Amino acid sequence: MRWFWIDRFTEFESGKKAKAVKNVTLAEEHLHDHFPGFAVMPGSLMIEGMAQTGGILLGEVNQFEHIVILAKVPKVTFHGWVVPGDQIVYTATLINAEVEGGSVEVTAHVGDRLVAEAEIMFVHLDQKDSQFGAINQKNFVFSMNLLGILEVGRAGDGTSTPST
Amino acid sequence: MATREEILDKVRATLVDALGVDDDEVTEAATLVDDLGAESIDFLDIVFRLEKNFSIKIPRGELFPENLAADSSFVKDGKVTAEGLAALRTKMPHADIDSLASDPRVENIQSLFTVKMMVNFIAAKLG
Repeated sequence: MRWFWIDRFTEFESGKKAKAVKNVTLAEEHLHDHFPGFAVMPGSLMIEGMAQTGGILLGEVNQFEHIVILAKVPKVTFHGWVVPGDQIVYTATLINAEVEGGSVEVTAHVGDRLVAEAEIMFVHLDQKDSQFGAINQKNFVFSMNLLGILEVGRAGDGTSTPST
Repeated sequence: MATREEILDKVRATLVDALGVDDDEVTEAATLVDDLGAESIDFLDIVFRLEKNFSIKIPRGELFPENLAADSSFVKDGKVTAEGLAALRTKMPHADIDSLASDPRVENIQSLFTVKMMVNFIAAKLG
């Protein structure tokens, strides 16, 4: 399984706001254990989706010059279930972007229903940093491989999303 | 100009947001690490929030200097030396170095980071 917890960006306003969707499907293995007989999208993976949406928004500010790492989730509230068949819309707003990192506020909606909201803080890491080698690079969800989501953000009819 | 009470209120709100603590835990005497449970990443978060809440720029390392015990002449036998204390007074005029001087064990350095120290720092910044 690939560690992508958003399927496509639908809006991307550089340095300000990004919107991404995640379609939840019963084919996802983890939903068979979470929970047996009651499939519900794990909150932790929704945080990951919110972090991927917000992390790419932050990373793009510096043209992905830094590796963006989820450092802290100061606040998160879950308001309801997300189940197979739902489409989650993550909307991230950039609060601040500094040299060392930055923060975003993200909401998750299914239709008009607010299902979760969070504030997420990231730090920047560069290859020259001494801690770089100590970190498992598979955890770098915001490095170049996830950028494909921006490039392949096309609807089935070939129209480009996000529209730029 | 903001009064000390107004600054304390904003610092308190900042710490409630950053650390998830209750209002009444944030007294001037409270230490960030031992009393309020701050971890390393929280210090950067707190600086981001203070800059935003007070509309000021805080040069990195000014409010919460790092590697305070890194210089070998500043620490001897697990205690901060007189030279080290003098350096801290210069580097952290907003902190209560006298209390560290009365018990200069290295592990007490982090107790310099108190709510009062933050209020002093902001008050000086706002001039």
